[in-house]
Amino acid sequence: MNTGDVSGEQPAGPAKNVDGVIFDLRLYTAGQSPKSILAIENLRRVCDEYLPGRYRIEVIDLLETPEFARAAEIIAVPTLVRRLPLPIRTIIGDLSDTDRVLVGLQLRPDGWRSP
Amino acid sequence: MSDATGADPAAAQNPGAAVLVKAPTGIGGFDEITRGGLPRGRATLVTGGAGSGKTLFGLEFLVWGARKFGEPGVLLSFEESAEELATNVSSLGFDLRQLEREGQLAVDAFRIDRDALMAAGGFDLEGLFIRLGRAVDSIGAKRVVLDTIEALFTALGSELTVRAEVSRLLRWLKDRGLTVIITGEPGRSGELTRYGIEEYVSDCVVVLDDRVQDELATRRLRVAKYRGSLHGTNEYPFVITDRGIVVLPLIETGLAYQASNERISTGIDRLDHMLDGGVYRGSTVLVSGGSGTGKTSLAGHMVDAACRRGERALYVSYEESQDQVLRNMGSIGLDLNRWVESGLLRLWAVRPAAYGLEEHLVQLQRRLDEFGPSLVVLDAMAGLNHIGTSTSVSATIASQIDMIKSRGVTAVLTALTHYGQDESSVMAVSSLMDTWLLLRNTELDGERNRLLLVIKSRGSAHSNQVREFVLTARGAELLDVYVGPRGVLTGSARMAQRADERAAATGRNAQFQRRRQALARRTAQVEQQITALRDELAAELAELDQFIDQDVAAVEGRDADRAVMAAHRWADPGATPDPDANQP
Repeated sequence: MNTGDVSGEQPAGPAKNVDGVIFDLRLYTAGQSPKSILAIENLRRVCDEYLPGRYRIEVIDLLETPEFARAAEIIAVPTLVRRLPLPIRTIIGDLSDTDRVLVGLQLRPDGWRSP
Repeated sequence: MSDATGADPAAAQNPGAAVLVKAPTGIGGFDEITRGGLPRGRATLVTGGAGSGKTLFGLEFLVWGARKFGEPGVLLSFEESAEELATNVSSLGFDLRQLEREGQLAVDAFRIDRDALMAAGGFDLEGLFIRLGRAVDSIGAKRVVLDTIEALFTALGSELTVRAEVSRLLRWLKDRGLTVIITGEPGRSGELTRYGIEEYVSDCVVVLDDRVQDELATRRLRVAKYRGSLHGTNEYPFVITDRGIVVLPLIETGLAYQASNERISTGIDRLDHMLDGGVYRGSTVLVSGGSGTGKTSLAGHMVDAACRRGERALYVSYEESQDQVLRNMGSIGLDLNRWVESGLLRLWAVRPAAYGLEEHLVQLQRRLDEFGPSLVVLDAMAGLNHIGTSTSVSATIASQIDMIKSRGVTAVLTALTHYGQDESSVMAVSSLMDTWLLLRNTELDGERNRLLLVIKSRGSAHSNQVREFVLTARGAELLDVYVGPRGVLTGSARMAQRADERAAATGRNAQFQRRRQALARRTAQVEQQITALRDELAAELAELDQFIDQDVAAVEGRDADRAVMAAHRWADPGATPDPDANQP
């Protein structure tokens, strides 16, 4: 299943017009915690599968640069922020729930679940 | 929570228990009822509905911590932005921005946009820990307020995760020795908090409540739990004033006053005498009576006496304006104006309806603290009756008395009573009074007069006599009343009685005089008679002597004649006595 199919099925889907757009993603982690490592792995896997060649990931370790926590309004860790395309979207967690990640990145409509 | 509350005193009495160190909040009245403030190095839950003042409570804890106790603090706000917070409390004179600039306060407001946020897998709240840690370290904070962390449950969704993280956060705070306030909102079915976070805050729980009772909005505060510490378990009214929260401990500090042995004059000599030298300094004096019995005048004398001693006096008038009070006092020869001008007397005329009961207390407290009087007059308590239920008014008056008494200040309260219920209507407060003076009107012969009696005077001998209380242009005076067969006489009746007595006395004197004069006259008469009789007697005696002399001469003459005759007759001289010789 590719993104084009999904947006085509979607009557009021928010995932429209993201074809070809570069996703600018930032992942906030806390050191080498299991959840942080898992999140990085999950994010790369989802991006490689659903956004091949059009994503950019920046991982920020809050233990190294804690000032980012406040600046980016981070409470939960890990937190993934979609900086582009706008609007900004925030997904918290280790991203192990791929369906929710896709919905969160607006690659799938709200409430969507893989069959 | 009630079982925990009941267990607290026992815990405190355990001699082996470590002494609980407390962190003062600086919130007026709260540190008194908790005997020192919140448990230091522990977390306290402050729970209350929207608008109950819990955020303000937390903010004051931080502001006073920084300002008064040298303890910088961190505020993590989950509901309001830093701008909103700063604006909301600026009206109370708290400049959060300034405190932040001084490094005394760090505010971090968490904005959680639920619509733009989604959870996809396990997470923790490390971001919160990092931000909090940075804030604490940046200013060396000793205090932390989390307002209100329950917002995280709704924002982040995963209740299990948030619960575990809140629990971890509290351990984290405790490990760092931070004194913490966590705010919460009560649950729908009366739970302390919506998500049961009191489970993680086992040391101290404060419940705030804003309810409407008898159409009067009243804020209440209750310490529902305080592990290891004695605390007042009552509900305490509190008010949010222009200087923040003020909790009103009603009867809590009650009986720890120092009793002075010093007597102070009431300004009326004979009253002092009736009270065995005046009232005790720092005691409470109730002056009750009907309208126009001179309660205010009596209080005015006490004020005057205090100022004459060079002491400060505060006169709270609930009924008359300052000018009215001064003018009326002037009419009975009390020039209180000079004390106002010299700064010894402060008059505070306030309409009872100007504030709620709690606010009245706060205002009084402020004046006591700022002015520092040694005597306070509350004239008249009844004024407060219109702005609250009788229980709350009584409680307020009790608080006022308490507040005054605990400062060692002499309190004079006047109370209006109505005919026929003189002594009963002020019963509610009379038990708190050390001295109770009752003024009563009597009507007789078409006029009213005032009577004064001392109903009680604790720790002191006092006269049981009724006196007439007379207001003259030179001030109040006490006069003896006439007690006679017609009862207690006052005023004109007393004067008439006096006149009668004087007249009667004069009459008796005249009678004595007359009798004395009569007797003197009689004595003179008798003596005259005696003299006359004596003269008479003397005259008779003299007559008798003369007669005897004549008789002797006659006898001698006759004897001579007889001898001549005998010689002539040649008769025997002794043979035949002359029978005429024996005749007088």
